[in-house]
Amino acid sequence: MSTEWPLWEIFIRSMHGLAHKHVGSLHAPDAEMAIKNARDVYTRRNEGVSIWAVRSADIHASAPGDRGPLFEPANDKVYRHPTFFPMPEEVKHL
Amino acid sequence: MYAQMVDTGVRKVQDAADMTPDEAAFQARIDADVKIEPKDWMPEAYRRTLVRQIQQHAHSEIVGMLPEGNWIGRAPSLKRKAILMAKVQDEGGHGLYLYSAAETLGVSRDQLVADLHAGKVKYSSIFNYPTLSWADIGAIGWLVDGAAIMNQIPLCRCSFGPYARAMIRICKEESFHQRQGYDILLALCRGTPEQKAMAQDALNRWWWPSLMMFGPPDAESVHSAQSAKWKIKLLSNDELRQRFVDQTVPQADHLGITMPDPLLKWNADTGHYDFGPIDWNEFHQVLKGNGPCNRERLRARVKAWEDGAWVRDAAVAHAEKRAARAAKVAA
Repeated sequence: MSTEWPLWEIFIRSMHGLAHKHVGSLHAPDAEMAIKNARDVYTRRNEGVSIWAVRSADIHASAPGDRGPLFEPANDKVYRHPTFFPMPEEVKHL
Repeated sequence: MYAQMVDTGVRKVQDAADMTPDEAAFQARIDADVKIEPKDWMPEAYRRTLVRQIQQHAHSEIVGMLPEGNWIGRAPSLKRKAILMAKVQDEGGHGLYLYSAAETLGVSRDQLVADLHAGKVKYSSIFNYPTLSWADIGAIGWLVDGAAIMNQIPLCRCSFGPYARAMIRICKEESFHQRQGYDILLALCRGTPEQKAMAQDALNRWWWPSLMMFGPPDAESVHSAQSAKWKIKLLSNDELRQRFVDQTVPQADHLGITMPDPLLKWNADTGHYDFGPIDWNEFHQVLKGNGPCNRERLRARVKAWEDGAWVRDAAVAHAEKRAARAAKVAA
């Protein structure tokens, strides 16, 4: 069997000024073909105005087991949300 | 469905007593509707079953391009031809979304393709029937894609994140497929008596195979029960089939054509249509490889893969050459 084309992760930015968003992956021999293939696979219905292609091998991800140490510290810092602070009703624009 | 009779590798549904602590924690996450992601721990049987199911589904999309592709060159107008090309291209896209979802489970694309070509993994029985007339293209969109939508909408909520996300993307596009099919039949049924007879003939040939797409009655399968527990199958075969019949019969009435089933009739007590017995022998024969087009379909896929090998190799050689050149300039 010949060499399998490497896997790429595809990110698309839609028309409305939002950030590029991960839409899926595909195989391509190089970055140029990855973008061409992404055009055909992920934007057949005007889904985007910009494409990023990143080699899947270059993505570093947090481990599922680290979920606790990484994200739990935020749980006890409710004061980071504006609703933590009760405001007098008669005071406006806060 | 597109994935029929998926083997879970289990002999009986696992209950709490047989589970290891890891398995129990995993089942608890599923019961709480937390999505399972590729890097999360999962039982090996769950992983293997999903690879089989998603792979069957992906192969069905790709093989499904063949019966419809058969009519691209003979579509009755430029408009119909452009629409059919877009539809067939979508099917290719759906196959690709699903292959990448399967690959997140640690299998390679080439392995998935090799499994199909070796006959180790099936695709949906429906694509082993021939497309004999233009009306068949209408019937496929209306019935086959209609049945697919029925099955795929619940799968948007399945427990495996990448599969659920691929299904959401696919479902957004399927509705076009079903409507273009119905539109073809509308045009034929409003046309000459000969054209209407073509539509009726297509319905006669595609109705029963479409009902078989949902797979055998659920009660017979331990796999369905385990898959339901894992939330990778959300509604039973019979439930989906009944919904499909209920929604499709009035659509046929509107076209003025009739299902080839003398026992089909509205049952006011149940609020559903009753329908005649399905020939499961035919279904099993088709799955075994003895349908009208099984050999032709697989031969076409293998030929496309082999004929394209030099293109894939050349693209890799080109990429390597350019990378080497860039490295030299940088040095």
